[in-house]
Amino acid sequence: MMDANQSSRIRKRLTRWALNVALFIAMAIICLPGLWIVLNSLRPTVEIMAKPPVWIPRELNFDAYVAMFSGVGAGGIPVLDYFRNSIIIATTSTVIALAVGMAGGYAFARYRFRGKSGWFIGLMLTRTVPGIALSLPLFFLYARLGIIDTHFGLILAYVAMNVPFTIWLIDGFFRQVPKDLSEAAQIDGCTRWQAFWRVEFPLARPGIASAGIFAFLTAWNEFALASQLTRSTNSKTLPVGLLDYTAEFTIDWRGMCALAVVMIVPALLLTYAVQKHLVSGLTSGAIKG
Amino acid sequence: MADLSLRQLDKKYGSFHAVKGLDLHVEDGEFVALVGPSGCGKSTTLRMIAGLEEISSGDILIGDRVVNDLAPRQRNISMVFQSYALYPHMTVRENMGFTLKIAGRPEAEIETAVADAARALEIEPLLDRRPAQLSGGQRQRVAMGRAIVRNPDVFLFDEPLSNLDAKLRGQMRTEIKRLHARLGSTVVYVTHDQIEAMTLADRIVIMRDGLIEQAGSPDEVFNRPATRFVAGFIGSPPMNMAEGVIQDGLIRFGDGETLPLPAQFRDAVTAGQRVTLGLRPDDIYPVGHGLHAGEAVETRPLEVALTEPLGNETLLFVRFGGVEWTSRMLNPRDLRRGETVDFQIDLSRVHLFDGESGRSLRTA
Ligand SMILES: Nc1ncnc2c1ncn2[C@@H]1O[C@H](COP(=O)(O)OP(=O)(O)O)[C@@H](O)[C@H]1O
Ligand SMILES: [Mg+2]
Repeated sequence: MMDANQSSRIRKRLTRWALNVALFIAMAIICLPGLWIVLNSLRPTVEIMAKPPVWIPRELNFDAYVAMFSGVGAGGIPVLDYFRNSIIIATTSTVIALAVGMAGGYAFARYRFRGKSGWFIGLMLTRTVPGIALSLPLFFLYARLGIIDTHFGLILAYVAMNVPFTIWLIDGFFRQVPKDLSEAAQIDGCTRWQAFWRVEFPLARPGIASAGIFAFLTAWNEFALASQLTRSTNSKTLPVGLLDYTAEFTIDWRGMCALAVVMIVPALLLTYAVQKHLVSGLTSGAIKG
Repeated sequence: MADLSLRQLDKKYGSFHAVKGLDLHVEDGEFVALVGPSGCGKSTTLRMIAGLEEISSGDILIGDRVVNDLAPRQRNISMVFQSYALYPHMTVRENMGFTLKIAGRPEAEIETAVADAARALEIEPLLDRRPAQLSGGQRQRVAMGRAIVRNPDVFLFDEPLSNLDAKLRGQMRTEIKRLHARLGSTVVYVTHDQIEAMTLADRIVIMRDGLIEQAGSPDEVFNRPATRFVAGFIGSPPMNMAEGVIQDGLIRFGDGETLPLPAQFRDAVTAGQRVTLGLRPDDIYPVGHGLHAGEAVETRPLEVALTEPLGNETLLFVRFGGVEWTSRMLNPRDLRRGETVDFQIDLSRVHLFDGESGRSLRTA
């Protein structure tokens, strides 16, 4: 008996170690490209292109960042314009996608209506079309409507891209909130509207936050459509701005990496800020269980 | 507090008729239990009273106010859900005070009301916990506390104890009864458990397929069931039932056995009429082991097919008239399977129902 217990304990410990090692390797693989980008933004192109690769940099400087912000004449790019465009487009499209997603998700979770499953499958099917396949038709359509190179045009495209997903995700979370809770709140004196905001919304918040992060990042990082539908600093977003570092025969890898870092930082900050809303399991304890 | 009236209350879900013209008056302070098998429309009725389900036709009055089209919050009712429906993101204190907070009452008043209710239900130590940190019985108490704090005209309960184990259910039953005695509130209590209904209610309303079969005091529905359905539903173990035909002043059963037609039914039946005889397990027993001193007893030697000793009594199963009968033997003695003993059948306590309509043939 003792032996069996002991060997089982040892086995458990070994498993845990193995898991940790595997996890570390996986994380390293995921994080390495990110680190590589940060590193490359801080060193000269010679070193970036060196073969074999130089892992430990000999010289680090912020030249690329300084250049980026030092105006178009001095080797810079209109990064502030791009940044502003990205923020406006990503934020607005996220807010709209969330609003529509909440309304739609709630409706799918709570109400019965004709053609419900048809609608749902239809929404999901739109996700199967690759965005790039739409870029040409969209370009012609937008050109006709005169909304090429506008914030509105991109916001519209991103809302359309994100809404099916936000509806689907938020629907799942509202489904987990028992209907009884809203009814109890209404008996306790709430209007339907109050019951929603005081009880159902807080309980579905993790889902809404996840949907928000997803929608924001999709819009923030999107390149294929944006590169077709934008022309100038009126509406060019950061991913499109990366192209400014490519010339006919050369690519300024360092500058590109620096701009990539400028893109990544706000996304990281946002994810970090929202993640505290992602605590799940809030609905447990509502009913018997 | 207020009384409650349902008038020709009707509910249709599409083509499905769930509640069929219910008429019911609940007095101010009365405890009424709605019982019936699953799917008979109890919850639907309760939810219509609460305003959670639209009514198809009819009227609901609370006090002298017609509330047909009022929102739940305007009806001044409380409801305890089967699932408890506690708000998981709020503490027990916030759960209980929620209704007053929504009503915009001052903090101090909320605090007092919650504290009073918590004291009455002995959940004061739990006030700062969240529902997830409570046991089933504790959640049940919190749900009741939340209902009390609202100080409603009518309390509605929808199978509030069915998620608890048997022992806790017994405790909470007593608790609810005590609470009702203290608050004197008007209560509509839905359950499928006839024991709960019998022990708690001033009046029991037995429903079947969206209709009221019988409404009456526990004593009435137990001793004078209006239909075969009520007779079979109320009482545990359930009433014995045997089909027969009236012949020459006798009831003749399927297997040819007979019993004399009890005197109280002599004028209520006609020869050849098909009837169902009902007899509670208390009214058929081995000689000397009965509950009542039988008035008109018929003695038959019957073979004991099975015994279920319960300590203070033993249930015996015997065959008679083509069906199996349950007999309750008080002050039990040791009886073996297969033994044949003399059983007494108390004819004065026999129930007789019309074979077609199932209605009681009792005239007085
Ligand atoms: N929303 C609904 N749509 C259609 N039928 C329903 C709905 N709610 C309840 N029913 C039906 O109405 C009948 C009564 O239901 P209910 O009142 O919940 O029964 P119970 O007496 O068990 O509480 C059942 O047959 C049920 O299937
Ligand atoms: Mg029910």
